[in-house]
Formats: sequence, C-alpha cells, structure tokens
Amino acid sequence: MKKLYTHSRLAVLALYMFIAAVIAPNVALAKTLDIVTATTDMAALTQEVGGDKVSVESIAKGYQDPHFVEAKPSFLLKLRQADLLVTVGLQLEIGWLPPLVTQSGNPRIQVGANGYLDASQFAEILDIPTGAVNRAMGDVHPLGNPHYWLDPDNGRRLAKGIAGKLGELDPGDAAYFQQRFQDFDKRLTAAEQKWDSTMKPYRGRKVVTYHNSLPNFAKHFGLNVIGYVEPRPGIPPTPSHTLDLIGLMKKENCKVIMVEPYFDLKTPNSIARETGAQVVKYLPSVGGEKEVTDYFKLFDYNIDLLTKAFQ
Amino acid sequence: MKSLSLSIALFAVSVLTVSAQDTAVPQANNGDSAALEQRIKDLEERIISLEGQVRVLKSETSSAQGAASAAAPAPQPASTEQPAATPQIGEVPAAGVTQTPTYGGAGGAAAKALNPDISVIGDFIGAVGGNSPPPLASVQPFPALQMHESELGLQAIIDPYARGDFFISFGEEGVDLEEGYITFTALPQSFVAKAGKMRSVFGKVNTMHNHVLPWVDRPLVTTNLVGGEDGIDDAGFSIERILPAPKGIFLEATGQVFRGDADGVFKSWQNSNVSTVDHLRAYRDLNESTNLDVGFSFAHGYNDADPHFTTNLYGVDATLRWKPLRRSIYHSFIARSEFIWSQREQNPSEQRAFGMYASADYQLGRRWFLGGRYDRSGRSQFANLTDTGGSIVLTYWPSEFSQIRGQYEFTNYAEGRNSNQLLLQLIFSLGAHGAHTF
Repeated sequence: MKKLYTHSRLAVLALYMFIAAVIAPNVALAKTLDIVTATTDMAALTQEVGGDKVSVESIAKGYQDPHFVEAKPSFLLKLRQADLLVTVGLQLEIGWLPPLVTQSGNPRIQVGANGYLDASQFAEILDIPTGAVNRAMGDVHPLGNPHYWLDPDNGRRLAKGIAGKLGELDPGDAAYFQQRFQDFDKRLTAAEQKWDSTMKPYRGRKVVTYHNSLPNFAKHFGLNVIGYVEPRPGIPPTPSHTLDLIGLMKKENCKVIMVEPYFDLKTPNSIARETGAQVVKYLPSVGGEKEVTDYFKLFDYNIDLLTKAFQ
Repeated sequence: MKSLSLSIALFAVSVLTVSAQDTAVPQANNGDSAALEQRIKDLEERIISLEGQVRVLKSETSSAQGAASAAAPAPQPASTEQPAATPQIGEVPAAGVTQTPTYGGAGGAAAKALNPDISVIGDFIGAVGGNSPPPLASVQPFPALQMHESELGLQAIIDPYARGDFFISFGEEGVDLEEGYITFTALPQSFVAKAGKMRSVFGKVNTMHNHVLPWVDRPLVTTNLVGGEDGIDDAGFSIERILPAPKGIFLEATGQVFRGDADGVFKSWQNSNVSTVDHLRAYRDLNESTNLDVGFSFAHGYNDADPHFTTNLYGVDATLRWKPLRRSIYHSFIARSEFIWSQREQNPSEQRAFGMYASADYQLGRRWFLGGRYDRSGRSQFANLTDTGGSIVLTYWPSEFSQIRGQYEFTNYAEGRNSNQLLLQLIFSLGAHGAHTF
C-alpha cells in the first residue's frame, strides 16, 4: 500500500513536471517583454525594474564610445523583434541609431510609437547651451549633455520612468514593475548614502576629464571639473591646448585626469608626467570592465578608483 | 516655452510657499527641517520631470505642426508676395486648422523646429596629370579644379508611418535630384518599402553617395558597366524584408522596380520597359570587432541599342570589416570587392563583359586613413576591351565634418593609352546630415 502510494505520488509529481514543462515556458514567453537599449546603462536600469518579466539587450558595449557605434545589420535582428527601444537621447546616438530604426521594419519602435522611449525626458540635463550653437564649438550636443546617467539621482528617475513605461506595455505586470522600482529605490538610497559619505572628504577636488562626459557625476559628488583633454568635444587633443591644460592644472593644483576606456592614453599620460597628476581610467558605462555588471557596481568601481587617486 | 515658464513659475511659487512656511514656524526643529528638505527634494523632482515633459512636448508639437502645415493646403494663394515656407508655419494655428498649443509662438526657434534636417556637403576636386596621349571619348579625366558636387540633403520623419529623404545634387553644369523618396517604416510583416527616385541596391558602390566613398572617384567597373557616377539611379519603388535565417545570420532581400532609365545601362523606350533590381544580402558578425557582409545582385532592363534589346547585370560583393570596439575611433580596416558581369544584347552580337575592383582601407589613427584599390573591367559595348588600373589613397579628417584626401591613380586603357593622375579632394559638411546605413 505504501509502495503504491509512493508510486502514485511520483506519478503525480511527474505529471506536474510535465505540465509545468509544457505550459510554463509558454506562459513565460507570453509575458516577457523584448527590450533593446542603446547603451548598457539603460539596459542595466531596465533590468533592475523589469526583473524576469523582460529580456534586455544593449546595442553598444560598455567599453565602446557610444557616439561612434556602427549600425551593424546584426542589431536589426534584435530590433525587429523588440517591444521597446530605450535610447539615451539628446542626439547621443544620432550617428547610428536612426538608420537602424528605419531599417528594422518594426512599427512598434519607430520614433513617436509607443515602444520608443527617449529616457532623457526623465533625467536632469546639464550643459544645455543657451546661446547659438555651431560646430566651431566641436561636436556639441545642442539639447544638453547626454552623459546624464552618471548621477545616481538620475538613475532613480530613469528607473522610475522605465518602470512606468514597462507597466504601460505590460499592464498585467505593472504592479510587479512598481514593486521592483521600490526595491531598487531602497537599495539605491542605501548605496548612495555610502557613496556620498565615501566621497564627502573629496568634495571640491579639481579634476580634468578627457571628454565632457562627467558633469552629472561631478555635480552629484561635488567634483570640480576644471578642463578637458579634448580642446572641444569630439576634437582630438592638440599640442597648444595640451600646453594650456598643463599650465592650468599646475596653477590649480589639479592632480587627477579622468579618461574613458575608449580614448588613447598617450596625451593624458604625457600631461600626467608634466603635472604629477594621476590618470584614472574611469568607466562611463556598465560593462566597461567585466566585473562591472550592474548600475551599483559602476559607481562602486569609479568611486573606488577616485578615492584611491585622491588619497 | 510656455510650459517652461510655467514650470519656472511653479518653482517660484513652491519656493515661496516653502519659505512662507519657514517664516510661519520660526523655531523649526530638526524634524521640520528634514520635512522641508524632503519637500524641496520633491519639488526638485517635479521640476526635473516637468522639464523632461517640456522637452517631449516641444518635439511632439514641432512634428505635429509640421504634419499639420504639410497636410493643410496653402490657405489663400491670393497673397503672392508672401515668401514660401517660414512665415506660414506661424500662421497655421492662427488659421484654426488645429488647436495645438504653440510653444514660443512663431519665433525663430519654433520655425526651425518644423524644418527637416538640412545639410549641404561640398565635394571639391583638384587634379594634376591626365591621359597621355590626349583623352579618349569614353574616358572623362578630371579638370584641374572643380566644385564637383554640392549635395543638399533634406530629411525628416513625415508622420508616424513614414520618413522622407531628399538629396539634391548641384554639379558644375546643372542640378539633379540624386535621390528623393519616402520610406514606409510601419508596414505589417516587417516589410520596409520605398517609393521615389533612389540609388538602386545593385552592389555596394552603386548605393553610395560621393562623399561616403573611400576614394575620390568610382571604380572602373562602375564607369564601364554600371552607369558611372550616377549608376542605376532611377524612379521606382523598392520593398525589402529581413528573411528568416540560422541564428546570427542577417539575411535581407530587396526587390526594386524602376522606370527603366539609367544612363549608359538601361533605356526605357516605352512605359512597359521597366527595369528591375534584386539584391540578397547576408551578414554575419565573426566576432564583436570583425564581420563579413556578402551580397548578390541582379539587374534587368532594356538598353539603348534597340527597343527589343535588354541588358542583364549580375553582381557579387563581399566586405570584410574590422573595428576593435575599445579603440573604435582609432583603428579600423575594411576590405571590399565587387565582381560584376554584364550581358548586353546589341548588334551584331551580344556582349558579355566582366569587371571587378578590390580595395582595402586601414585607419592609421584617429584622423588618418590609408587605402588602395585595384581595378579591372571590360566595357559593356566592347567586352573584349579591358581597362585596368590602381589607386593609392590617403585621407585626413580634421573633424567628423570635413575630410581632405589625396589619391594617386594609374589607369591602363585597352587601347594602350595610360593615365596618371593625382587627385586632391576636399569634402565638407554643413548642418545635420542623417546617418548612413552600414
């Protein structure tokens, strides 16, 4: 009798597993939103609030210059299936994303459609030019600085906005996304307190960056960016500008040069030699190094580098 | 603008309210000040969110107004003195066509927002040397100095279903509509369709505008078999779709039907003489920095020999690209080749000509590129006459928006004549030129 009971229990278990195996993937498939993001940071934030109800992939890699991504046809394979495209906006992707969107043959993600999300609308944007803009200023972004995700407060705003959009596209899981956002918010607030207190002793410190990609980070953590290795955005370093910068750094006693991983270190290194400054290869994006796998680790990594450099 | 001032006003009011509360409770204890700080933070959040909404509204309004002004017929053509576009834009809401709110009224910024992306690309070429002995009829050497082309680009999203692109090419002698087409981006079943005048998808070089070529001129095979600089560039429609393929392979098929006129290749004697171009493209990422792109093309149409004679063109193209992502702005390599077979009916006998080029370009540094090209091609009307040639190209980019290029070119024409040329090219770009397809 006991044996029979065990057998029937096994049979029921097997039946359950069979049903689960048959049904579960279908259910999961039906509910997963297919999301493509322009950059890894947007992917990381979308993953935070989307949890297992979304599958997210980024077009640009974290160690790649997001201004110059090639519009490879392989990206079209992802875009044509996508329910949602999350972009950084502010013309960061203007050189490569528009033709991909046009060619994708996917009406859901066309500009203005419900599945096209320009995340810049949620964030605090700095460096919005007030006067006339022209290209003598270099490759300036007329709508403001697009590197806005490097302020954790903007990260929170983006996550909230993205969670709202996910809920709109998948109303059945709207509560789930909101709950994930609340959870992210809590973790971010805790992490932010830690980061803020770690960086507190260095508020007001002067730094130089290669490209103007740190205004939001600098604002949040109270860094003073006094100059750039590039003479103008997108224009490679010139000897005269480099000399001026060396002079400025000496005068201002600036000891840190922050460089994105995709720029050549030759000029920053020679500036460092002249000024006794330290070159810090910081990461502007999630995935810039293998271990930097999410939005939290991005700040952990950069703050760790900076505090070491400031000490 | 209204929203912006609205949000600023809102902010001012909020700050006033906060400070009013502050004075109302003179002895604010810690709990109160924390609450106040929270309030200020909340208000900050609201302002940032409002600013974002303003940006969205601004862009939405401009496209809505653009659509409205495009859809609305010119109200009264009576006032003929009125200059065309700009002043009308401001009048659209006033005419009561739509009740969309205006942001910034009819000010310059608002008017500009309605414009398509406008760009001009100048292509200035200087040449030293040339043919020896004097030029052949079939060969067009470059003049000493010329403003070869000024390409005006006008590009915009038309409505939620389509975008429009115009490229008007001003040469030294006249104006030509290089391309002008609508692209339907929201078709069912992942189809993308175009209608208008466009460069056909026969191979790679035929699709490229002058300023994106890695050389000053086009390969011999293009000149001899595919209609030269203009190539197969005709009025018609095009439909393309990504095809199902094994994982990791991008497969795309394009079918195009044109009127049937392409100088030097096709001629339409009557309305039924349409030409067709079909293209199959297979692409694969070999790894994150290297990829291979292969295409097969077929074109068919009537030629200028006789109303009954046709020309078939067959093409194979292959491109290998390398660009390390971590150093993508400093180094890259592209190797490309196209093989083209032409089958042309004419009297007394059909001509079957073959031509090809192979080229390679290496990016030495952020601003420097070095490349070379080998050319070999028969002529469509005289298949047994084969021209060969070669080029070395050095390109310098002061910025993304200008380019200086030098090219030494040697050509050995079938008749036994040679040409040695040194070409110098300056390309400069103004305004917002839309990104090109890969």
